[in-house]
Amino acid sequence: MKVVGPLIVVVLLAALAWCCTEYLHWYALFGIVIPYVAVVLLIVGLVVRIVRWARSAVPFRIPTTCGQQKSLPWIKQAKLDNPSSKAGVFGRMVLEVLTFRSLFRNNKVEKRDSKLGYTSAKWLFLGALLFHWSMLIIVIRHLRLALEPVPDFLVVLEQADGFLQVGLPLLYISDVLIVVGLVFLLARRLTIKKVRYISLSVDFFPLFLLLGIAISGIVMRYAFRVDIAGVKEVVLGLLTFHPVSPDQLSTILFVHLFLVCVLMVYFPWSKLMHAPGIFMSPTRNLANNSREVRHVNPWNYPVKVHTYAEYQEEYGEKMKSVGLPLDPEVVSTNG
Amino acid sequence: MTKKWTIGIFIVIVIGIFAVPFLVNAGQPERDPEVSYDTPQINAMEVKQCIEPTEYMKESHMVLLDEWRNSVVRDGNYEYRSQSGQIYEMSLDETCLGCHSNQADFCDKCHEYSSVELYCWQCHGNVDTENPEATIITDDDVLFTEKA
Repeated sequence: MKVVGPLIVVVLLAALAWCCTEYLHWYALFGIVIPYVAVVLLIVGLVVRIVRWARSAVPFRIPTTCGQQKSLPWIKQAKLDNPSSKAGVFGRMVLEVLTFRSLFRNNKVEKRDSKLGYTSAKWLFLGALLFHWSMLIIVIRHLRLALEPVPDFLVVLEQADGFLQVGLPLLYISDVLIVVGLVFLLARRLTIKKVRYISLSVDFFPLFLLLGIAISGIVMRYAFRVDIAGVKEVVLGLLTFHPVSPDQLSTILFVHLFLVCVLMVYFPWSKLMHAPGIFMSPTRNLANNSREVRHVNPWNYPVKVHTYAEYQEEYGEKMKSVGLPLDPEVVSTNG
Repeated sequence: MTKKWTIGIFIVIVIGIFAVPFLVNAGQPERDPEVSYDTPQINAMEVKQCIEPTEYMKESHMVLLDEWRNSVVRDGNYEYRSQSGQIYEMSLDETCLGCHSNQADFCDKCHEYSSVELYCWQCHGNVDTENPEATIITDDDVLFTEKA
């Protein structure tokens, strides 16, 4: 159920968009109102989640890092894994965001004969790279619908993406790779028993939703087809707050658009928040300089203490009278 | 607790990413492509009608051209029967550009607007009046000639 449920939800959402536009002709709702609402909900949701995270306590450095931390000058520091400076943290963050180094370190435990051992497991890293980079390129490519005139770098990106010149319209490499990546990530959750056991419906839903978006987009390009110039007119209308009626456009566009809107609304309240979350992750964004700098808990309040000197001053006479030894240093300093 | 201004900058960046498409387009006038049908051939037509309905041509002209290319090059078949039953010659130069002889005001308008690059003109059209050498096939472009 945790697999089939999310799949059914995505299929129903797509069917909803299809029926409402194809048969009920609610073009303005699906082409204008819902996209606006989705963008607003996405931004509000992102801000709420970020502010909530920002308010949580991070009193101390969390040096849960690999590699040698900064120590004596003749011990070589692992500067990227265990940075002690802001520049090092920046480097670690950039590499983490762009190349997923944490996933690269993924291990698995294996029993060979009677021995237990750890081996590297790179498939998750490769699948994640494949999906995320395709996604990025596809999102950037979509900017051609939002910018007029289209900047040169977008034209170059598009040419590079379609340089295989397969079919007409030209096949995008990123279209193929994103489906391969998503199917792999899905297959991984379904086939590896341990991963399947810990996977929940909220792990499958984003995968099905993204697959739905990718497939509806691909189908729109290669099978059902849509008037691209017409789409751009609608998009520019939305962006300039002078919405153009989208009723000329094919139904498949509204399915694609609606699934994207669902993703935007769902995003801030789901595991997909790892995107902004990575920047706020204390194990990635804090320098490990606990040995150089004293980090004082920021909400320390002045504690009322009763020192031994004060204690001896108060009870010194009584202690002396019963023969208890007094601390001569305290006596001398206190006069 | 992270410093407040760091979070402030982060939130501004996050919102900024979504605001950029709105800001770039703010205050811009309507820039929809205006396609021109003003050519001698079209003006001379009694019923101004393309070989297929406009809707289909807008969405799928590239598919039609792809089919034509394959049909002509691979099968030697030049005859296209349209949905209305008319027979047309499968020829970009004769049929399409015969009427739409204004490439710059017809094809290029939407193609530039939606940033769809095409390589039809590498062989067809010979319509680049400014730089004719670039589009006309000359002897220099012939890579080899088959011996008889």
